[in-house]
Amino acid sequence: MAVEVKIPTILRTYTGGEKTVTGNGGTLGQVIDDLESRHAGLKDRLVEADGLRRFVNVYINDEDVRFSGGLDATVSDNDVVVVLPAVAGGSR
Amino acid sequence: MLRIARAHVDEMIAHARADHPDEACGVIVGPEGSDRPARLVRMINADRSPTFFRFDPSEQLQLAKQLDAADEEIIVVYHSHTATEAYPSRTDISYASEPQAHYVLVSTAESGRDEGPVSVRSYRIVDGQVTEEELDIVED
Repeated sequence: MAVEVKIPTILRTYTGGEKTVTGNGGTLGQVIDDLESRHAGLKDRLVEADGLRRFVNVYINDEDVRFSGGLDATVSDNDVVVVLPAVAGGSR
Repeated sequence: MLRIARAHVDEMIAHARADHPDEACGVIVGPEGSDRPARLVRMINADRSPTFFRFDPSEQLQLAKQLDAADEEIIVVYHSHTATEAYPSRTDISYASEPQAHYVLVSTAESGRDEGPVSVRSYRIVDGQVTEEELDIVED
């Protein structure tokens, strides 16, 4: 399954400045592994031991993957995956 | 230095007062690469908390798509502190992930929802390093 993955500014250092890259896989986790093979270092910015990092939001066709299986979320040909850094903070 | 219109500063303060004692958050966007804040967008604090904020993920996605389509980007990320000073907390620093953005903090600690002193300060946060910068407020 080939999907388009949109990369936020802060992670474009891993994609040679590209805003959009193509990944392959049947799940989000497989797509990220595939991207890692060409864009080393990207995976570590997206994934930690127990799943997606809380600092990033990932959407498949506009759906937040936290509600659709996280790394196990299935992807299909021509799906669009969007990665956005979470915008958050606090006074503590 | 952040060059910003008086109207945008006033709008951030109004938003911070309206949401006090919860933290308010939002962005000012502008043309990509311009460093010119042009349009303020209030964002929902999905946490509705006096000590934390997080953009609502679906609202943030809609914003990102609009910006992408219009060749715009986030120039300013603002939020309020409602009981502490207008300085980035450790949490703020750990989440800061828009290296091109100015991070503006508004503190309503002194006056709350009422008219009165508020503090507005701007920072760059890159790779965990905080640098305060001058605010150049352009009168309308």
